[in-house]
Amino acid sequence: MTNITPPPRPHIEVTGLDLRYGDFVIQKNLTFTVGRGDVFIIMGGSGCGKSTVLKCLIGLKPPAKGRVQIGETDFWGAEQQQREAMMRGFGVLYQSGALWSSMTLAENVGLPLGEYSNLSPADIRELSAMKLSLVGLSGFEDYYPSEISGGMQKRAGIARAMALDPEILFFDEPSAGLDPISSKLLDDLILELRESLGTTIVIVTHELASIFSIGNNSVFLDPITKTMIAQGNPSELRDHSPNDGVREFLNRGKSHEDRSGPSSVSVKNAEAAT
Amino acid sequence: MTLSNPGLVEKRRGEIALQAKENGAGVLGVSGDWTLHSKAPGAAGMMSAIDAAESVRSLTFETSDLTMWDSTFVTAVLQVMEKAKVKGIEIDLGGLPSGAQRLVALASAVPERQGARRTTSRDGFLVAVGKGWLDFQKTSLATITFLGEATIALARFSVGRAKFRRVDFMIAIEACGPKALPIVTLISILIGLILAFVGAVQLRQFGAQIFVADLVAIAMAREMAAIMTGIIMAGRTGAAFAAQLGTMQVNEEIDAFRTLGFSPMEFLVLPRMLALIVMMPLLCIYANILGILGGAIVGVGMMGLTATEYYVQTINSVSLFDFAFGVFKGVIFGIVVALAGCLKGIQSGRSASAVGDAATSAVVMSIVLIIVLDGLFAVVTSILGI
Repeated sequence: MTNITPPPRPHIEVTGLDLRYGDFVIQKNLTFTVGRGDVFIIMGGSGCGKSTVLKCLIGLKPPAKGRVQIGETDFWGAEQQQREAMMRGFGVLYQSGALWSSMTLAENVGLPLGEYSNLSPADIRELSAMKLSLVGLSGFEDYYPSEISGGMQKRAGIARAMALDPEILFFDEPSAGLDPISSKLLDDLILELRESLGTTIVIVTHELASIFSIGNNSVFLDPITKTMIAQGNPSELRDHSPNDGVREFLNRGKSHEDRSGPSSVSVKNAEAAT
Repeated sequence: MTLSNPGLVEKRRGEIALQAKENGAGVLGVSGDWTLHSKAPGAAGMMSAIDAAESVRSLTFETSDLTMWDSTFVTAVLQVMEKAKVKGIEIDLGGLPSGAQRLVALASAVPERQGARRTTSRDGFLVAVGKGWLDFQKTSLATITFLGEATIALARFSVGRAKFRRVDFMIAIEACGPKALPIVTLISILIGLILAFVGAVQLRQFGAQIFVADLVAIAMAREMAAIMTGIIMAGRTGAAFAAQLGTMQVNEEIDAFRTLGFSPMEFLVLPRMLALIVMMPLLCIYANILGILGGAIVGVGMMGLTATEYYVQTINSVSLFDFAFGVFKGVIFGIVVALAGCLKGIQSGRSASAVGDAATSAVVMSIVLIIVLDGLFAVVTSILGI
């Protein structure tokens, strides 16, 4: 076996990324890579800036410093036109679904198709119906977003994100506000997409069940130090991360029986009493 | 004694008693009901009891007579703990009901994050001025950028390259055309009537009633039709635009447009702006006709002019230029209303009150700009003598 091909370039390479709102630092010095076909999880406690990192990756928020490389191209260093062309290779599911409320589901999915393809309106309608059926929404083509439930809106949002058969799908808290069964179905759907289309998937979430069942790579952001404190496979991080905070997070706070914790009198008393 | 909650059992009043012993140990006896609806001494009561006993170095609770408690009691305990910490008194919570102990533990489990608490400091005058200036610079820059983008969008539209949904345009047309007719009708007739009344009182004194027709026609054609429709559209349509776009901002719908490579400027702002550009001249002409009709009602109905007299006088008093100039101003005001509404909507923050603010400031901005621009037009035309 002499013929060793070099490993393929990672799909997304983030180096030395700083994110700020004005003078307020959200996250600093982020460096991580997302391989092709990865299900990559951006995790961390509430308010640590996960969604802001996502916004930077999808082209909505320029970084204060650092580099985001998608494939062969420097994403934020590129001309705006080139960046917009690259953004068409992304599908994004927003936290709230963000379906366009003045359009039906079919129109929501069909709008990008109509814009970036030469299909006839009838074909677009067919294709939109197909994408909606992939997420289990057959028959709802002519419903408006306000007429369907939150879980259905999320799924319709995925259908729209998949409209242009993107290379990378970004999900912002996909299972937030869903019941356990819907959120399990959503996880299955995400895995199915990865298996069948080979799409690279980046997910912002803190839903542990999802993290372990679908994620194969991850980065952990810390709200206190405002930087990343771990990267890797979430299951391995759970068991072997050198960082207490990461293990505690991934074990729902259970890895710290020996915690010396907040040592006020009251806590000890309470523990003694219970 | 009146019950605050009729139908409920009368509450036992919460009471407090501090026993200080020789060795500095204090026992805080708490009895009765300590709930939101009962009259308990509260944190203040506990504090003053502790303050009163100077010698106390450690404190325990005695709660066997405590019949009911809720979070007001826990809050009082927490405050006492804080106070005790400052005064160096040791506290043993063992005497509290176990539920209350757990709540206290829960409340103090996560230490306050450093720097999270907002310090309310008031800026000095210079700081406030400086911040105001920086804010002003920021918003001016954003406004100028928006104007530039809107101009580019219009230019792209004029060469047929702008992308937006025709449906959106038609919906906007309907909202700012047919649906605005009733209120434009009402306001225009009333303005015509009022102008005629005001003129009639003066003109009658020297028998020149016939000139009421001139007064109404010129005032409507040159000023009132454009200004009044502009202001009506600011209140009706500008506010609606700001609220629509603001809500889309809250729902991340505008982000969704951006990431899919649709320009919100072309997709959202352009159809609305075009709708107003198309509809404003029509509304202005309509307002002119109805205003003159209102004037005629007063002139013919109350001042003894004949309809023919009034008509001829009106036709002779207004030149085509006056009329066209008024309609032109109407178009400009329409653009102002559309831009102000969309600008404030797109810049809206992501909360319910921010959307409300966006709608308010869109209306204020439109009306101010309409009046200022109208003043400019008046100055310029009088200098040019037209």
